[in-house]
Amino acid sequence: MAMDMDQLRRIFYEECRENLEVLERGLLALDLGAANFESMNTIFRAAHSIKGGAATFNLDDISHFTHVMETLLDEAREGNRQLDRQTIDILLRGVDCILAMLEAYENDAEYDKSEPDAVNAALNAIMDSDDSASSSSNDLSSAPLSTDLAPQEPAGSDIEKWAICFVPDPAMLFSGNDPVRILRELHALPGGAEVRCDPTHLPNFAQLDPEKLYLRWDIQVDGHVPRDEIEAIFEWVEDECDLTITPIHRSVPSDMDAASTAAEAPATEPQTPENASSSEPPPAVKKANKPAVKSDASVSSIRVDIDKVDNLINLVGELVITQSMLAELSSDFSPERLEQLQSGLEQLMLNTKELQESVLNIRMLPISFAFNRFPRLIRDLSLQLGKRVELVIEGENTELDKTVLERISDPLVHLVRNAVDHGLETPAVRMEKGKPETGMVHLNAYHQGGSIVIEVSDDGSGLDKERVWRKALDKGLISDDIPLCELTDSHVFNLVFSPGFSTVEQVSDVSGRGVGMDVVRRNIEQLGGNIDVHSTVDQGCSFKISLPLTLAILDGQLVKIAEEVYVVPLISIIESLQVDSRQIKTASGVQLYRLREENIPILRLKEEFGLGSTDDDLDKQLLCLVEAGDKKVGLLLDELLGQQQVVIKSLESNYARVPGISGATILGDGSVSLILDIQGLITQFLARVSDASGHIAAA
Amino acid sequence: MQTGVESDTVLDIDDRVEQLQGSDYLSFELDGELYGVDIQTVEEIRVWSPPTLIPRSPAFILGVINLRGMIVPVMDLRIRFQASQVDYHRETVVLILRASEMANGKIMGVVVDAVSDVVDQGEGQIMPPLGDSQVIAYVSGLLNVGERVMSLVNVDELLRIERWI
Repeated sequence: MAMDMDQLRRIFYEECRENLEVLERGLLALDLGAANFESMNTIFRAAHSIKGGAATFNLDDISHFTHVMETLLDEAREGNRQLDRQTIDILLRGVDCILAMLEAYENDAEYDKSEPDAVNAALNAIMDSDDSASSSSNDLSSAPLSTDLAPQEPAGSDIEKWAICFVPDPAMLFSGNDPVRILRELHALPGGAEVRCDPTHLPNFAQLDPEKLYLRWDIQVDGHVPRDEIEAIFEWVEDECDLTITPIHRSVPSDMDAASTAAEAPATEPQTPENASSSEPPPAVKKANKPAVKSDASVSSIRVDIDKVDNLINLVGELVITQSMLAELSSDFSPERLEQLQSGLEQLMLNTKELQESVLNIRMLPISFAFNRFPRLIRDLSLQLGKRVELVIEGENTELDKTVLERISDPLVHLVRNAVDHGLETPAVRMEKGKPETGMVHLNAYHQGGSIVIEVSDDGSGLDKERVWRKALDKGLISDDIPLCELTDSHVFNLVFSPGFSTVEQVSDVSGRGVGMDVVRRNIEQLGGNIDVHSTVDQGCSFKISLPLTLAILDGQLVKIAEEVYVVPLISIIESLQVDSRQIKTASGVQLYRLREENIPILRLKEEFGLGSTDDDLDKQLLCLVEAGDKKVGLLLDELLGQQQVVIKSLESNYARVPGISGATILGDGSVSLILDIQGLITQFLARVSDASGHIAAA
Repeated sequence: MQTGVESDTVLDIDDRVEQLQGSDYLSFELDGELYGVDIQTVEEIRVWSPPTLIPRSPAFILGVINLRGMIVPVMDLRIRFQASQVDYHRETVVLILRASEMANGKIMGVVVDAVSDVVDQGEGQIMPPLGDSQVIAYVSGLLNVGERVMSLVNVDELLRIERWI
C-alpha cells in the first residue's frame, strides 16, 4: 500500500511538472497577446489540477498557494479581469514558487517561504485593489478570515454559519474522488468545520456494495468563510453530488428552508465553532506530515513515446519467432538444411540490429525538452535588460540522446543568455542602426549526416574582430607578430572560446562575448561535438554546435597503424585514398597533400602515437581525409580494415583521459581497440603546426 | 620522480602500519625480492597477454586489456620499480588490483615476475620501511616471512594515476 502511494505520488510530481510547464507556457503566450479563450481555459485547468492533486496528496502548501493563483485565473477566464503584464509577472513568479515547493517535497527538504509569501501577498493585493472596480468579481483570497464576502449574500457578519448538505452520488468513488479529502479541506478552513455523517441510507449488509458510497454529510462551516471558497472545495465533485449551501443567520436560525433537515440537527449545538474542531472525527492532520519520498526518483526516469515501446515489443516478438525457428532447425539438422540455417541467422542478425536501434531510440528525446525553458528565460532577460527580444524556435522535435540532452542544456542557456545580454542592442541603438526595434534570437536544431546540429543565432551587433583580437593579445593568447589582417575571421572569433579569454570582468563591454565560453566549448567537446562561431558586424552572430546523436555507439572504420587497430568514427571521414607522392608538397615546413586544388595538412599518426616512423615510400600508404569543425586533415595510415558499429567504452573510468583518443571499444575477438578523437587530434595538430611554422594554418 | 610524496608518506606511516595489522597478503616476486599486497585488493590473477598500446603513456603503462567488458590498463611493476630484467613469457602473471573507493576505486592490471603464496600476518610484526629508493613511496611496511623480508605495497598509492600522468 505504501508502495502504491509512493508510485502515485511520483506520477503526481511528474504531472505537476507538466502542468507547471503548461501554465508557464500559457502565461508567456498571454504576455504576447496570443491568448484566446481556449488557452485561458488551458491555463486555468493546469492550475486547477495542480491544486487538486496537491490537496489529494496532502501537499497543503502547494494547494493553498495555488488556490490563490487559480482564483485569479478563474476571474480572468470568466472575463472579469484583465491580466496585465505585472500580474503575469507575479503569476510566473508563482509558477517558480510552486516548482520550488514541489522540489522541496520531492527531496523532503525545506524551502524558502519568503518568496511564496511575497507572491501570495502580491496576488492578494491585486485582487483586493481591483475588487472595488470590478464589482462582479469575487475575492476568494485564502487569507484567513478574509472579511470579503460573496456578493449574493447579505453583507456583514450576520451569517453565523453555513449549513452544507452534501449528498454524494453512490458512484462517486469510481471517479477517484474521495469525500474524506473534501471533508479534510473543509476542516482546514478558518474556524474549522462541524461534520456529521448521515448513515441512514446504508442498505442492509446483504445488499451492500462495498464500492459504492451510501453516506451523506451535514456540515457546518464558520460564517466568515466566503461562500465561493466553500464552493471551490466542492468544485471537483459538483457533478457527482447534490449540494446545498445555506446561510444560517445569527439572529434568525429558523431562516433556513431548503436544507432544513440538514441544518437543523447540528444547528443546535455548535454555538462555539472552536469546540467543533476538537470533537471532529476527520482523520486529517492539518499540515500533514511531508511524504517521505526517495529523492532523485523522478530525475532518472524517462517518459517514452508509446509508439516506441510498441515497436520494441513487435521486434521482440519477431526475435522470439526467429529463435524458435532456429531451435527447431538445430534439433533436426542435416547438411541439406544449411541454407535454411543461413537465412535464419541472417534474420537473427537483422532482428538484433533493429532491436539495438530501437533500444537506443528509447533514450532519444525531442530537443524541445531543452528548448522549452527559453521562452521564459528570454522574457525575464528582456525585462531585466530593457531589450525587446523575439525568440524563434525551429526543429524542436529533433531527437537527441537523453544524456546528451541533459548535458547540452547548460551550454545552450549560456549561449542564449549571451545572445540577449551581449549580442542584441537596446531598442534605441537598433533604431539608430536602422534595424527593427525587436531583436531576434533564433534556435534551430536539425540532423546533418549522423550528427545533430544546434544553432543559436541573433541579429545583434556581432563580434568585433579587432576588439576580440586586442583582447586576445592582452591576455597573451596569441602573439602579436601576425597582423590582424592576416588572420581569418573564424580564427579570431574562435578565440572567444579560449580559457583565458573569459576570466576578465566586463568582457561584455569589450568583446561582446566571452564569459565562460571555454566551459561551453569544453562541455560540448566532452560530448564528442564541436562548436563554431560565425559573425558579421551589425548583422549578428551565430553559434553552431554539432553533436553526435548518441554517446553509446558509433559507426566506425577500423584502420591499421603499425600493427595496432584503431577506430575512426565514420562520420568524420570524408574520403580515403591511396597516397600519390607527387601530390605531397611542403610549404613553410608543413607537409600538405594537394587534392583537387585543396591543400590538406598531413598528420602522420604513426609518429603522433609514438609507434615508429613512417616509411619514406609513401605511395604504399593510405590517406584518410577527416573533418571536424570545418577543418580538414589527412591521416596517414597503413591499412583500412572493415567498418562496424562499435560500443564506446570509457578509458577514463580506470585510466585517464588520453589526448587524441576519445574512448575504447572491444572488437569481435575480444581485443581492445582505441577510438580516435578526430576533433582533438586536429586541434592539437594544427596548434603544433602553427607553432612550428610561425603561421596560422588555415585549413 | 615522486620526491614530493615521500615526506608525506613518512609522516603518516604509523597510521598505515596500524591499518595493516592482521591482514592476509598475496606475495609475489619481483627481481628476486618479495613483495605483498593486501589480498582484499586483488580482484583476480590472469596470465599475460599483450595489451593494446596507449599513445603517449609512460613506459611502464603497457596498454589496456578487456576485463569482462571493462577497459583496464596494465602496468609493468618491474619497469616501474626499475627491475634489472623484464621479459614476458608464459609464466608471467598479471595481478588485477582495485584501489579502495576512498582512493579512486580504479582497477588496474599489474605485471610481476611470479606469484608466490598467501601470507598470513599472524604474530609477525610489521615494521616501517627503511631507507630511500624509488619504491619506498609505495611501501607501507615490512614483514618477515621465514628467511625473507616482504615489502608491503600500498595499492591505493600504487594506482594513483594522477601522479604520473
